Amino acid sequence: MSQKKQMEEYMKQVEAFVEEVKKSTGLPIVPDQRTGAALWFDQRELSIRYTISVERIRKFFEGLAEGKVYATKCKHCGATYFPPQADCPKCRRGDMEWIEITGEGELLTYTIIYTKPASFAHYPDYTVGIARFPQGVNVLAWVRETDPKKLRVGMKVRLEVVRRQPENYLTYELVPVDEQG
Amino acid sequence: MGRRVAIVGVGHSKYGYRNDVSLAELAWESIKQALNDAGIGQEDIDYVVYGNVGVWSSEPLPAVVINEYAGLTPRGTVRVEAACATGSAAIKLGHDIVASGEADIVLVVGVEKMNESPTPTVVELIGRAGNYFWEFENFGLTFPGYYALYATAYMARYGATEEDLCKVAVKNHYYASMNPKAHFPRQITLEQCMQSRYIAWPLKLFDCSPITDGSAAVILASEEIARKLTDTPVWIKAIGTASDTSNISRRPDFLLRRGVMEAARMAYKKAGIDPENPARYLDAAEVHDAFTIAEILTYEELGFAKPGEGYKLIREGQTYIGGLIPVNVSGGLKAKGHPLGATGVGMAVELTKQLRGEADKGRQVPVKNGMAVANNVGGTGHYAYVMIYSLQP
Repeated sequence: MSQKKQMEEYMKQVEAFVEEVKKSTGLPIVPDQRTGAALWFDQRELSIRYTISVERIRKFFEGLAEGKVYATKCKHCGATYFPPQADCPKCRRGDMEWIEITGEGELLTYTIIYTKPASFAHYPDYTVGIARFPQGVNVLAWVRETDPKKLRVGMKVRLEVVRRQPENYLTYELVPVDEQG
Repeated sequence: MGRRVAIVGVGHSKYGYRNDVSLAELAWESIKQALNDAGIGQEDIDYVVYGNVGVWSSEPLPAVVINEYAGLTPRGTVRVEAACATGSAAIKLGHDIVASGEADIVLVVGVEKMNESPTPTVVELIGRAGNYFWEFENFGLTFPGYYALYATAYMARYGATEEDLCKVAVKNHYYASMNPKAHFPRQITLEQCMQSRYIAWPLKLFDCSPITDGSAAVILASEEIARKLTDTPVWIKAIGTASDTSNISRRPDFLLRRGVMEAARMAYKKAGIDPENPARYLDAAEVHDAFTIAEILTYEELGFAKPGEGYKLIREGQTYIGGLIPVNVSGGLKAKGHPLGATGVGMAVELTKQLRGEADKGRQVPVKNGMAVANNVGGTGHYAYVMIYSLQP
């Protein structure tokens, strides 16, 4: 059973139990499973989805649609930014150009996430890595390899735009480069 | 250069799974102790600073709710946030208010009730505290994951092993076993740690601090007041603070955190500590071991070991009492627990008691220099605080 299913099953059981208790006592107060302490089961649920402006870095997302991953580079002082920034704090001019991150990167570090956050619980275990690219920027992303034996610091990776499932939206991954081929 | 500031009263709740108390009741446990310890009443307090990250707990404005419960209304108050370094940020604010002359007595309370939300939700909310949009939204990093990125890079470069990491956990549980306030007051073996399941490779369950509820409180006073209230004021000798990038990918190195090093440099300079040999000036250190790798990095960042040699200190047992410098004899975040807002305040309480010679049997450090250091890190190094506590002003 996935972590998501386990969580949902657990919450369903808890909610059903609270409903039973409310029927008999009139109160959403249940004993803590571990300690027996009286717990008020919150009757108000909070669910949040944010809307985040990407207006000034819209080009980055247009790039993903073309299969490209862009960084920004200040036309004035040459500072390069990834994640892309619309403003250059160094020279305060904010006149940026978009440069593509290409070629082979070097994996600087990685981890494999087994215990997942609630909103990632529907995915299989995933590897997160950081790689340094020839354009002078580091990129953090999932690595397409989850066997720790096949991963090592210093291995070569390239960037690839992928459609993340099951949400079906564009993002980018680090793909190990086959050193034999 | 403002006025000198001393700790004149301390309080510390039992850390742990505290579903037996509400947020305000939990805070009151340490507020009551601190007032009694200082021998003052609520009417003597000029201002109250609360360290609380919240989100997982239900009260969105904890400062006013706790002020009311603790009989502190209508004293002015504020809630402070600096992720896992929230408690230290609260102490800094309290310190600065007293140092500036704006107030004579300030109560600083750190409190966190993380178990009001289910564990997967807490894992999510902490994970979101790295850099939300670029690191969490698409890639779902968790905090064990962030620190695992440090561990992988560190082990690859210096040859430290997973056993070395576990040795930190074994030490901190050993001392927690003598601390009745600890979340896990029990010892563990190296084998138990090594056999625990992976949370984020290469970090295992026993490399990670727990989700903890708890509170801690300190009462800060100006020099004039402090000398009237107590014979053993513990002075806030120095505070160093710094920050680092929100995006971990923008760190120039994953082996040393610039923010912690900069905060240490500032604090050592203000306290007159030689950064080449700080252990000679200090009787104890409480450091941010939210994950075992963090304690090893901190040995190097605070100057107890050269870069790349931190793991040798724990291999050789140099951070036990009797070694180079005792580190986390409270049990640390790892075994005493890590209630985010309380952690930095809890460190201040621990070091005050150590310097006063009032620590629990078996884990009191020899007080020779009368000076101790606390290092509290928020996020993955985002916020860094280094505090020097001292028996001499």
